[in-house]
Amino acid sequence: MPSMTEAAAMTSPMILADGIRKRFGANEVLKGVSLTLAKGEVVAVIGPSGSGKSTFLRCLNHLETIDAGRIVIEGDTLADNDAGGHARYVADAELRRICARMGMVFQHFNLFPHLTVLQNVIEAPITVKGIKREAILPKAEELLKKVGLLDKRDAYPSRLSGGQKQRVAIARALAMEPDIMLFDEPTSALDPELTGEVLRTMHQLADEHMTMLVVTHEMGFAREVASRVVFMDGGELIESRPAAEFFANPQHPRTRAFLDSML
Amino acid sequence: MDYILSILGPLAEGSLVTLQLFLITLLLAVPLGLALALVRISRFRVASQAVNGYIWLMRGTPLMLQMLFIYYALPFVPGIGIRLPDFPAAIVAFALNYAAYFAEIFRAGIQSIDRGQYEGAKVLGFSYGQTMRRIVLPQVVKRILPPMSNETITLIKDTSLIYVLALNDLLRAARGIVQRDFTITPFIVAAVFYLIMTLVLTWLFQRLEKRHAVYD
Repeated sequence: MPSMTEAAAMTSPMILADGIRKRFGANEVLKGVSLTLAKGEVVAVIGPSGSGKSTFLRCLNHLETIDAGRIVIEGDTLADNDAGGHARYVADAELRRICARMGMVFQHFNLFPHLTVLQNVIEAPITVKGIKREAILPKAEELLKKVGLLDKRDAYPSRLSGGQKQRVAIARALAMEPDIMLFDEPTSALDPELTGEVLRTMHQLADEHMTMLVVTHEMGFAREVASRVVFMDGGELIESRPAAEFFANPQHPRTRAFLDSML
Repeated sequence: MDYILSILGPLAEGSLVTLQLFLITLLLAVPLGLALALVRISRFRVASQAVNGYIWLMRGTPLMLQMLFIYYALPFVPGIGIRLPDFPAAIVAFALNYAAYFAEIFRAGIQSIDRGQYEGAKVLGFSYGQTMRRIVLPQVVKRILPPMSNETITLIKDTSLIYVLALNDLLRAARGIVQRDFTITPFIVAAVFYLIMTLVLTWLFQRLEKRHAVYD
């Protein structure tokens, strides 16, 4: 794949994933997926359920371990094939350091229920980075203001709507000052009328040139916010093109079939 | 009435022994049980299996037998040969026994926490230890309060087993007076003492549960 090597040679991309393979038992869910993200790119990953798009995302920050392939984050190798073609990860401390540059937002929020909204946001900076509470408070409040939830700072997550929970989750991830944000179907667990507020927050983030990789079913978001759309099916990356082109003129028949089924 | 007042002194002294054994057992068995639970769920197969065996042994044999063994048999076990005085022997037996029960409660509590909590912590950069301390265990506390309440109430009553080491706990003190005075009144007073202790425990656990209910 010459195009891959060329892209990598120019500058180090934010994310470089090359030939990612992953199997769960007998089921090979990723059959050699490659994707590169440049700084400030917003890439939407779409595809039918079971296409491996969430698994691919989870492989990038080591929530799943890959069987084969190479993952390089901002020039630092996270995993690479050994001579036998099996992926080998870097040492634990280095791995955590690299993965910490990627924030992640989950479908089911995964907020910490025993902590208030504010505590959810400041917990990681305090515990992981060792920042003093007083030092992180202004930033945390600013983030909550940004996602429109400053008035909920002392509420527990159980008191929030799904959309509010997801916005707290975004603020929590941003508090660690990531260079990349990964979104794993961030609106799939939400009532339709609540997806808008989350998508708006993500839109805002994209406008601030955050590098984002978003696994989503929201075609509207993919069309309007994403700079590039990637279509996955059956554990393979089928098509990857600028958003406008992707929707106006999909090349691959499987892409066309999927888009037709969505409309 | 005068009679009841006259036996309150010795029964209160017995209660002191009961409460001492209760508190020291809790103080030792809770951290030991937590350590056992963490080893039990760890990736280290051999250690995990060893803890499994330990729990089986401790739950599978009578506490009284364990106590008698530690007091009478331990001095003759080759390689160990420790002779413990009666009260420390009782404490060791109780702590080892209750740690096994607590370990199972803690394990169930830890395993009931959703995987998403670990993942949420991991992507924020938490180490395993930080995840346990800051995220998982605080949530476990809330879930284990009901079974822990059960277990501590059982412990208060189990303390009466130390009569086999001739220790003057509440029940043995009562029995002594019954045999001396040919009246069952001391038994009834002892029962009231136990009921008061369990009432305080129940109340304490209810308060704890209420405090932890703020977030659901």
